[in-house]
Amino acid sequence: MIAKKSSTLRVLVYEGRDSLPIPGELRLELIRSLLDQGYFVSAVKSEGKLAKFSQSHILVLGRFESMPDALATDASEGTQVHVRNIDGMSAESIRGIVDEVSQTADGIVDDPGAAGASASGPRWKPWFPVIDYDRCTNCMQCLSFCLFDVYGVTKAGQITVQNQSNCKTDCPACSRVCPEVAILFPKYKAGPINGDEISADDVRREAMKVDISSLLGGDIYSMLRDRSAKAKSRFSKERDDDRALKERQRCLNKMQQAVDSLDIPVEVLSSLPSADTIRERAEQAKQKAQQALQMNAQKPIT
Amino acid sequence: MTQQRCVLFCRCAFARVVPDEVKNDVLTHLVDRAEPFDAVGDLCEMSARKDPMLADLASQGNLTVVACYPRAVKWLFSAAGAPLAAEGVEILNMRTETAASICNRLDGKPSEPLLSGESS
Ligand code: SF4
Ligand code: SF4
Repeated sequence: MIAKKSSTLRVLVYEGRDSLPIPGELRLELIRSLLDQGYFVSAVKSEGKLAKFSQSHILVLGRFESMPDALATDASEGTQVHVRNIDGMSAESIRGIVDEVSQTADGIVDDPGAAGASASGPRWKPWFPVIDYDRCTNCMQCLSFCLFDVYGVTKAGQITVQNQSNCKTDCPACSRVCPEVAILFPKYKAGPINGDEISADDVRREAMKVDISSLLGGDIYSMLRDRSAKAKSRFSKERDDDRALKERQRCLNKMQQAVDSLDIPVEVLSSLPSADTIRERAEQAKQKAQQALQMNAQKPIT
Repeated sequence: MTQQRCVLFCRCAFARVVPDEVKNDVLTHLVDRAEPFDAVGDLCEMSARKDPMLADLASQGNLTVVACYPRAVKWLFSAAGAPLAAEGVEILNMRTETAASICNRLDGKPSEPLLSGESS
């Protein structure tokens, strides 16, 4: 689960009043590299409209001839302003200042963009389902399909995405089981799952796709897991590791074709838990969905 | 007189779904312009964290978001508890539009270059 952050650092690259212009190349390199690190950056040269923020920390970076006492940064109440002179510094050294403020100022998550990753582990690719409530009918099929506790139900009985970082990177399977084409993965390669407009063809395809109950009835997950385990034990006896690996990949690819409409990545298939755990989780998910549906059915019609 | 717009650029830093050329060219254009702008590393990641800044951004009257598909951006803000206003928000899609077209729209020019002989 991703923790809510109390405040975010806003880095303001400032070239307004009382400061000298920043050379164009440095400005671009600095802003680009800060964004690539996941920072929130604002750039100000002249008068103009910037969004106002409550409860944030603003780090003002500028070439100041003398350190200004205060800056007209539109800082609202609850905002803390930090000012640093970057005259004569390289983009790398300036990034060092930003990292330092980000790590030491009160209430800032110290490593932007690292949500869901361990300190030493890889950066989390923000991959998770997003619900289009203009289309969602609250049928709970996604809830009963997902084994990883990504979905939940609000107090008001509405489907919601509650544990984004539990989602399996690059796996869009739940969007394929949604009968309303209401689940998006903004970083998916193709439409309509990536948020592209939905065509009549897309809707027809959704109506034709595998019925979720037959999917769970057939226990597709445990079938996949068993086949993956069999493949593993068979290939452990192989001397030629490379060939074994290739063969296993081929086998998994074949399975993948069988569930092609779900587009589950091979890595996800091969890392599924044991068949018993899968059965248990599928049962829990199904129960959660049924409870939510019952609760909603008992609600008075408004 | 046109009302000033806030511009929010998304770098889509944690995945390669927006063509590099488009996001680099649009960012260079924004950085070279005189007008101020806000930019985020990855809107998806901010939405997952329910970053309170998204609510502040959503509450801006006139907002242009330069990111990806409008439907994705709309529901990412909503998922963070920061729904975008129904009016006054413009979303430019770097996955489908060219950098030139986006830069023109940011500058308030027609999105396609004018044919020679046409006056602006
Ligand atoms: S499967 Fe689709 S329509 Fe059904 S609750 Fe989930 S998102 Fe909504
Ligand atoms: S909102 Fe779109 S452009 Fe921005 S990070 Fe998400 S997928 Fe990428």
